[in-house]
Amino acid sequence: MRYIEPHAHMVSRTTDDYEAIVLAGCKAVCEPAFWAGFDRGSGEGFRDYFAQLTEHEPKRAAKYLLPHYCWLCINPKESENLALADEVLSLIPEFLDRPGVLGIGEIGLNRNSRNEVAVFEKHVDLAACHNQLILVHTPHLEDKRKGTHIILDILKNDNRIDPSRVLIDHVEEHTVGMVLDAGFWGGITLYPESKCTPARAIDILEHHAGGNLWMNCACDWGHSDPLAVPKTCLEMRRRGHDKDEIDHLVFQNPVRFLSQSPHFIVPS
Amino acid sequence: MQRSKVLDLYFVDARSRLIDIAAFLDRVERAEGDDDYRVRTFREALRALVAEGNGSKRAERVLMVFSDPTLEPVELAEGKAATGTWRRAEG
Repeated sequence: MRYIEPHAHMVSRTTDDYEAIVLAGCKAVCEPAFWAGFDRGSGEGFRDYFAQLTEHEPKRAAKYLLPHYCWLCINPKESENLALADEVLSLIPEFLDRPGVLGIGEIGLNRNSRNEVAVFEKHVDLAACHNQLILVHTPHLEDKRKGTHIILDILKNDNRIDPSRVLIDHVEEHTVGMVLDAGFWGGITLYPESKCTPARAIDILEHHAGGNLWMNCACDWGHSDPLAVPKTCLEMRRRGHDKDEIDHLVFQNPVRFLSQSPHFIVPS
Repeated sequence: MQRSKVLDLYFVDARSRLIDIAAFLDRVERAEGDDDYRVRTFREALRALVAEGNGSKRAERVLMVFSDPTLEPVELAEGKAATGTWRRAEG
């Protein structure tokens, strides 16, 4: 089995995890910029983080023969600080031409506040001005439905944005329909407790067969599983899905979306 | 997939999760203090789970019970973490 892990925060993981995902068939890993678990104090802290994502982490992955890509942004969890957000937004263009950079992400909303909305709109503008792909984080738990509505309204009202170049991540049963109906890609995140179990993810896929969807583990420094995608593939086999269907979902679909970035090289 | 196959794959797991929910409610009731908005919404979600109609969209119905139904952004984020259920203004 081959797969692409389209969303993993590998800077928070050990090298053992790199070895495990490669042994499970991972052919490329994509790392969106994320919240560190604490608020960074300055734009320079982000410059170091972007250097880590674009220089250091690809080297760490290469030791396991794994291509590493990344997305850049300031995470919505840090968007209440508008001055810091503006400083970070001004840094991002310096990094966009680096080889592994796929676009702007994971941007979006966390608690659906006005400042988060303002910073999200600035990221969307940045992506539009630099013709970048966009990866969107939708909020957690009770905030997801509302946040997804607000995000989709902003994107649909910007005529520079092509929905086929935007992936809305962390969809669940109550948001997947509105994402796909509007022409965006959807990401299903396999996460203990706060997102989808493998069984629910496969239910969603069966309801939306043929949709522009991918699956990811979104592993980070919290309770998460870097092998969630291959484990869900095994669950799909148990439910009678054939190898071609699974390959389409976990390899060909990510390739189709990510190949819209000139920096993405289809893994052999 | 045949219904019998679904049951073969998932019945024991679902049974276990259902008993966990029952035990959770027992645990809450045994503890000192009053219910808060989370327990009240949890009970509402259980009613949505067993309600008839709306096709078989039980997972979606339960998610909607826990969801903030408003559409206007809030003035300021109250902390970084969601609690799991929207807190209605309660009289």
